[in-house]
Amino acid sequence: MNDMIHVSSSPHVRSRMTTGRLMHLVIIALLPTTIFGIYNFGAKAAVVLLSTIISSVLTEYIYQRAMKKTVTISDGSALLTGLLLGLNLPSTAPWWVGVLGGVFAILVVKQVFGGLGQNFMNPALGARCFLLISFTSIMTNFPQIGDSAATPLAALKAGEAVNTRDMLLGFTSGTIGETSTIALLVGAIILLWFEVIDIVIPGLYILTFLIFIVIFGGHGLDPTYITAQLCGGGLMLGAWFMATDYVTSPITPKGRIIYGVMLGVLTGLFRIFGSSAEGVSYAIIISNVFVPLIEKYTIPRAFGYRKGGKKS
Amino acid sequence: MNKYSERLYNGLIKENPTTVMMLGMCPTLATTTSAINGLGMGLCTLVVLVLSNVVISLLRKIIPDEVRIPAFIVVIASLVTIVQFLMEGYFPALSQSLGVYIPLIVVNCIILGRAEAYASKHSVGLSMFDGIGMGLGFTIALTILGAIRELFGNGTIAGAQIMPKSYVPISIFVLQPGAFFVLAILIAVMTKILSRPKKVKTSEESAHDPATCEPADCAGCASKGSCGKQIFAETVKAGVKDAQGNGGDEA
Repeated sequence: MNDMIHVSSSPHVRSRMTTGRLMHLVIIALLPTTIFGIYNFGAKAAVVLLSTIISSVLTEYIYQRAMKKTVTISDGSALLTGLLLGLNLPSTAPWWVGVLGGVFAILVVKQVFGGLGQNFMNPALGARCFLLISFTSIMTNFPQIGDSAATPLAALKAGEAVNTRDMLLGFTSGTIGETSTIALLVGAIILLWFEVIDIVIPGLYILTFLIFIVIFGGHGLDPTYITAQLCGGGLMLGAWFMATDYVTSPITPKGRIIYGVMLGVLTGLFRIFGSSAEGVSYAIIISNVFVPLIEKYTIPRAFGYRKGGKKS
Repeated sequence: MNKYSERLYNGLIKENPTTVMMLGMCPTLATTTSAINGLGMGLCTLVVLVLSNVVISLLRKIIPDEVRIPAFIVVIASLVTIVQFLMEGYFPALSQSLGVYIPLIVVNCIILGRAEAYASKHSVGLSMFDGIGMGLGFTIALTILGAIRELFGNGTIAGAQIMPKSYVPISIFVLQPGAFFVLAILIAVMTKILSRPKKVKTSEESAHDPATCEPADCAGCASKGSCGKQIFAETVKAGVKDAQGNGGDEA
């Protein structure tokens, strides 16, 4: 057919960015963290990561085959969920905990609600919280790195001194993917560079959290305390890689601002006033379930319409 | 099926209060942490339901229509009080673990719902069977729910160790989220079973041997290759032949 008279329906300009490309970019951005995690925690960390990744991908494949849907494991979304879940587990977790988490993430949080794009909360974090509630002792059994087996945040909460240089580099205890702030920031720069994420949600998240801990943390502007709170725990992993999940974050510009602020406030609340030292996972999944509500009230005014959807 | 057993079937399966009508969710979700608790809660509700249906059915001509709801509540509350004292007297441990949910039977929607929708309009006998059916449906659903939650969350059923010693309990199952997970799966399974299309068996169909059967109206049809009917018939044939052990090469 002659190209000159070829007529097709819109859209005529398409982005080269596909779901698969996007997922692969995020996976690449997570590679520094993954590699550092395996280096820091040893081969056991690799076993945990493999168990979550394999179980996630397999669950997606089996479910989609069984339900006679198109099998979409090649787009990398299940792989990414598995990887993120693995990075959120301690390296001491037995393999079956990883498998259970992977199955729960894909089956219960993602596929039952309609698959990619329909999940109401981040599958990896949903599964992490499921495991955290079910196997509290396994999930908080962190290996000894350096002097102490306590995570920097737990030490901070107990009033002990922390080494902020080790926390920046990542030579501390914690889950596989959360320790190295530098490696996570390298990944964040990759994501920002390729415009996979924008700065609004993670930027406001971290900024709000910062303001919150300065006001309520009880240490004022003490730089050691602030650095430790920022680099400790899952804040960096959560803010850059999980709060920015397309499916579970608002698409409206105002909604993104509300969402980012809400994340910061909730994380601060849980960390400072909660009984546990960490609160990023719960902050993100609670904000996730508020997203439809946030979007409903922040729909931008369409061109030519007055406030409230009436035509002017 | 006479009208009495129809009432039982209705309560147990067709309009099961838990999995179909989704009534009384509060005790369903809150008390089913173990099979015994689920069974206890279900039986308490069953007793109150049967008695309240009978009493309300007896009084249905006396109760004025304008004040029927308060009247029903008075009847139900009296019965619940009796059950609560009996439980405290004879099963103190179970009464302790069910706690506030026994007095809360007063406001259980199943009981008021059956009083309003059925017992106040039907005869005593039918109302009693309606109460038994609904109560049993509720009891069985709660017991299954409790047993599944106890099995995964604690490794036991009714206190007896089922899972091997090495099993690590998934404690979320005995916590609140687990109740929602298990209930959702139970409702999904029940809906799947109930919505399965009933097999219509005509005398002509059952007379045919499936191996030689071919839909008669397909013979001259132009689209018989693409239409599902013919393909389905062939699949059935192939399956039967395979089962007889002489298929495969012919197809």
